[in-house]
Amino acid sequence: MKPRHKRLALVGAGLTLLALAAWLISSAFQKNLVFSVTPTEVLQSHAGDRSVRMGGLVEAGSLKRAADGLTVDFIITDLAQRVPVRYKGMLPDLFKEGKGAVVQGKLSAGGVFLADEVLAKHDENYMPPDAAHALKQAAEQAAAKDKK
Amino acid sequence: MIPELGSFALMLAFCVALLQGVVPIAASLRNNGAGGAARWMALARPAAYSQAVLVTIAFACLVHAFVVNDFSVLYVASHSNTALPLQYRISAVWGGHEGSLLLWVEILVLWTAAVALLSRQLPAEMLARVLGVMGLISVGFLAFTLWTSNPFERLLPAALQGQDLNPLLQDIGMIAHPPLLYMGYVGFSVAFAFAIAALIGGQLDAAWARWSRPWTLVAWSFMTLGIFLGSFWAYYELGWGGWWFWDAVENASFMPWLVGTALIHSLSVTEKRGSFKNWTVLLAIMAFALSLLGTFLVRSGVLTSVHAFATDPSRGLFILVFLALVVGGSLLLYAWRAPSVGLGGRFAAISRESALLANNVLLVAAAGTVLLGTLYPLFLDALDMGKISVGPPYFETVFVPLMAPMLLLLAAGPFLRWKQAGFKDVRSLRWVGVAAVLCAIAAAVAVGSSPLLVMGLTLAAWILLATVWHLLQRLRVFEDNRTRFSHRLGSLPGSYWGMLIAHAGIGVFVIGVTLVKGREISHDVPLQAGDVHQVGGYDFRFIGAKNVQGPNYSAVRGTFEVTRDGKPVATLSPEKRQFASGGMPMTEAAIHRGPTRDLYLALGEEVAPGKWVVRIQHKPFVAWIWGGALLIGFGGLLAALDKRYRLKRSGRSAA
Repeated sequence: MKPRHKRLALVGAGLTLLALAAWLISSAFQKNLVFSVTPTEVLQSHAGDRSVRMGGLVEAGSLKRAADGLTVDFIITDLAQRVPVRYKGMLPDLFKEGKGAVVQGKLSAGGVFLADEVLAKHDENYMPPDAAHALKQAAEQAAAKDKK
Repeated sequence: MIPELGSFALMLAFCVALLQGVVPIAASLRNNGAGGAARWMALARPAAYSQAVLVTIAFACLVHAFVVNDFSVLYVASHSNTALPLQYRISAVWGGHEGSLLLWVEILVLWTAAVALLSRQLPAEMLARVLGVMGLISVGFLAFTLWTSNPFERLLPAALQGQDLNPLLQDIGMIAHPPLLYMGYVGFSVAFAFAIAALIGGQLDAAWARWSRPWTLVAWSFMTLGIFLGSFWAYYELGWGGWWFWDAVENASFMPWLVGTALIHSLSVTEKRGSFKNWTVLLAIMAFALSLLGTFLVRSGVLTSVHAFATDPSRGLFILVFLALVVGGSLLLYAWRAPSVGLGGRFAAISRESALLANNVLLVAAAGTVLLGTLYPLFLDALDMGKISVGPPYFETVFVPLMAPMLLLLAAGPFLRWKQAGFKDVRSLRWVGVAAVLCAIAAAVAVGSSPLLVMGLTLAAWILLATVWHLLQRLRVFEDNRTRFSHRLGSLPGSYWGMLIAHAGIGVFVIGVTLVKGREISHDVPLQAGDVHQVGGYDFRFIGAKNVQGPNYSAVRGTFEVTRDGKPVATLSPEKRQFASGGMPMTEAAIHRGPTRDLYLALGEEVAPGKWVVRIQHKPFVAWIWGGALLIGFGGLLAALDKRYRLKRSGRSAA
């Protein structure tokens, strides 16, 4: 092989490697990105097999603990729609009724949102962006309806 | 009065930085060998020293304001209060945006002064340009600090009491983490300055790589240790037992680390063989640009809310313009100069250069994946195109296939010769490979196996065994008499030991990650006093919970007795803390550490009187993650201290 061919082969191998990496990245990206949705949007869509992230308020008085001490049921609301949520495990420190929360999981066929993660990366005064977004969206939609 | 002094010192420093950034570079361009230009270039060094003094004065003023609780300074009032212990009042200096910017500048001027002090052998032109570029960076940061984020801004009338520092940050790990990380971020500015200076002069040669190498290595080592400390802190302080969350804040420091790792390897090729010159320069620019991006991402508030950030456009605009100037300007210079640089030494398809090239491609691809996953959600959100999040599953799916070939190569690379290698160089490695597979299978049988676990352990064993094998070969242990063995051992250079230790650290780290990922057990269980729960062969008996009082918090403390086969192991007391100053409760986990496993206990909430939800975790080989990271960092430092860099220097200054 001439040096020029060698270099060409090397460049070709590098490009193939890069293309492979790009393909890997884009497919992993497609498969694993999680959409943030509001309770209203969750109820409009059907039970899916994709995980979504839902933000809103934990409705006051809705938190119920099952007899096993671990499974909790509560309602996440954007003040327009209410979605029942079930989660099993330790709740984060900042999880409180009447406060904002974000849950990640799937809506089951029975209409219960099965959360496999409850997120609370915010301090006690601060509303998680996803939850704030859901409330704002619902308020805007309500305002638009009133006008009609 | 003292805060005004700090402000004034910053303004003076800004003027000096401007002088240091403009005059020496301009003079170096007009240098025709006559004395005039040389005198102007010589301005760089005293300017660097005086700038260091001025910024240090400003920094000391801010520390003073925190120590004496001067709540007439807005920044102090919003980040510290009188109840805070002294060490946390001092670390609160870099607890917010303005103060951490000042820390950035402080570290930058210290690095600049260090370059001025330790680079006496550099040609005058080169030194003038390096210090000039660092002066220009300083101009940008000082302007940003002074006009958009002045930490000395007054609050009138003064507040009676300040706000609390986030309780999570009241920890020794968080005192040291930001300065260490910033040493890394800012340290890459030296590599960047050397690259730009070399581009200006058009002299991208082995000498340039040799000057740049120790600085880059030191910066990279600090960054490694800084990231390690942040991860270590998250593990014991956040109460979830995780050590890496692929959070945007973590990614912000991981990207420059990945590119920095590529850079130190690429620099070695440039120094030894004169190849990869263009690529090395590009990496130096990228590493510094990502460091800038990291600083801004973490401290500017863009991550908590893109929209809140956009409502205060002065900071955002400044950041974007500065980034555009740094990246755009240096790429423009690169585009202008790079074609004339030449390619350097040629190399064959199988050679150490090729292996290092593959290492570079993989590392940069990895950094690209992290960049995509970190910035894409921000862009979508900023453009109101919907909210998405990219979590650990994405990063893990991408990282395993990118890192596996890289780890395979990592062990074989040092065996390949420069320029042209053959299979005979790596032939002896086949036995190492067989041994690695056997080790991994034995270990997997011992702890239970999954394909990923076997793969991880095989790679780790492969790296560790090959590293030891390389050392033995280099010492020629199996060849002749042992009398010259100790002589050979002593003559191995520091950079060689550094490489071995850092590579072995990767192996140790991979063992830790593989076993924690594959074999950790986590149970959430409700327990009453007297209940026993078994996890990973350990019995956890809940003795009870009681209220306790801390210096600035009240807490519920649970007590657990841990036994194994009836023998006592430890008594663990996790707490749930409520800080007096804020409403935020905090989980303080209790950890029993060991070389082969950590027991991790966190208290949840009281679900019925006397009944607590408890998270009990058995985490095998966590300590190996920390041990590996420390080895990597110290390997880098050892390599930076190699005599070679100093000998060349004294040789030059004598000449």
